[in-house]
Amino acid sequence: MNTDFFAACAAAFRLIVEADAGLIAIVGLSLIVSVAAVLIATAIALPLGAVVALARFRGRHGAIVLLNALMGLPPVVVGLAVYLLLSRAGPLGEFGLLFTPGAMVIAQAILVVPIVAALARQTIADAWREYEEQLRSLGAPPRLAVWTLLWDTRFSLVTAVLAGFGRAAAEVGAVMIVGGNIDGVTRVMTTAIALETSKGDLPLALGLGLVLVVLVLAVNAAAYSLREAAHRRFG
Amino acid sequence: MRDRTPALLPLVLDSATVAVAGVPILDRVSFTLEAGSRSVVLGANGAGKSVLLRLCHGLLAPTAGTMRWLGPHAGDPGRFQAMVFQRPIMLRRSVIANVAYGLKLAGIAKAERLARAHAALARVGLAHLAGRPARLLSGGEQQLAALARAWVLEPEVLFLDEPTASLDPAATRAVEAIVGAIHTSGTKIVMTTHNLGQARRVADEILFLDRGRLIERAGVDRFFAGPATTEARAFIEGELP
Repeated sequence: MNTDFFAACAAAFRLIVEADAGLIAIVGLSLIVSVAAVLIATAIALPLGAVVALARFRGRHGAIVLLNALMGLPPVVVGLAVYLLLSRAGPLGEFGLLFTPGAMVIAQAILVVPIVAALARQTIADAWREYEEQLRSLGAPPRLAVWTLLWDTRFSLVTAVLAGFGRAAAEVGAVMIVGGNIDGVTRVMTTAIALETSKGDLPLALGLGLVLVVLVLAVNAAAYSLREAAHRRFG
Repeated sequence: MRDRTPALLPLVLDSATVAVAGVPILDRVSFTLEAGSRSVVLGANGAGKSVLLRLCHGLLAPTAGTMRWLGPHAGDPGRFQAMVFQRPIMLRRSVIANVAYGLKLAGIAKAERLARAHAALARVGLAHLAGRPARLLSGGEQQLAALARAWVLEPEVLFLDEPTASLDPAATRAVEAIVGAIHTSGTKIVMTTHNLGQARRVADEILFLDRGRLIERAGVDRFFAGPATTEARAFIEGELP
């Protein structure tokens, strides 16, 4: 068993070092899908987080609880919902998106929006508590005050976005359901790992697992050093 | 002190009350603030000094009674007043950008606002720190930057809420000197403090607050020579050496 494990590890390293074409394609698609999902989600989530943080409306407390709860949305449930929407008989079936990378981007974006929005809301609400009187005293109109808050918290907001990326890149349930794990079309790191493991092709599964772990580590290291650098630079 | 054309002053409070959950923090305060003198609001912690200042500055609305400016620009009060808080809130940008921020809101062109911000920084003695991130300054330097940020707006009225409460004696002296200079340049000063020495140094007149009520108002010399109320007398006698 042990020899199996080490043999698999050695083979996995070889795949990475030799830049195996199959492995590169899978990693590349993973990045494209998750980056696209995070960009779309961020465009929705930052304004959403700012509105929930600053606007006073009925049901605001409910919205905050909902947003926080949705951070733990199970990927398979999102996958199922998007599947039903995009399937041929579904309301968006005519676009033919099911089992394409587009469907995977949609599913991951839905998973990422609550994370980025909830973290951004917390950041912006805290900053507003600190800045409110000063900005009102200086005569900042609401729109400009919001912009000033976003600019002053930009490094914390980037961290929120990177947390969203970690979620997108690591989830398997949603992309499996709406992408279908089709070789060369919709196969990404997490779905490939699940498949290769059940098939017994441990080197490819391990190699992809290593890349995924390193990627998530790198993203977190980037988030951490960005915040540290910003803190030293701007206080 | 330089004369200037009146914009907002005088300020009239008529039975102004600020209540939170039915409990009055400020209780039926009535007074008129005229241009010129330095008015210091004196009182113990919790007397309602900060709430009074926020009410005058427009950050709070009275829950009963009225607060109004009588000057010709009373319809646009924000432009002619500024406030310095106990803890300066610096934006995460350079000192000069912080000072210029209010001018940007006022729609002043970039070259002019940078020139005016530099001049204001020089007046408070921070010209050498203009390019530094404002949040990395010491507490005293940040309060001086906050004074520059208020002064650069050339307000008719400047409110200061315990501006030296968390500063050391050297920084306190610097702040008091600058408040004096701002007054000399033609700005009405309204400041709160619980420090009697500071009230003596800064004030022309004292407004004494006790548990939300304005119970005494007098020129500084008369107030300290013989306060009319037992509460003010107890407050003065209770001062630590």
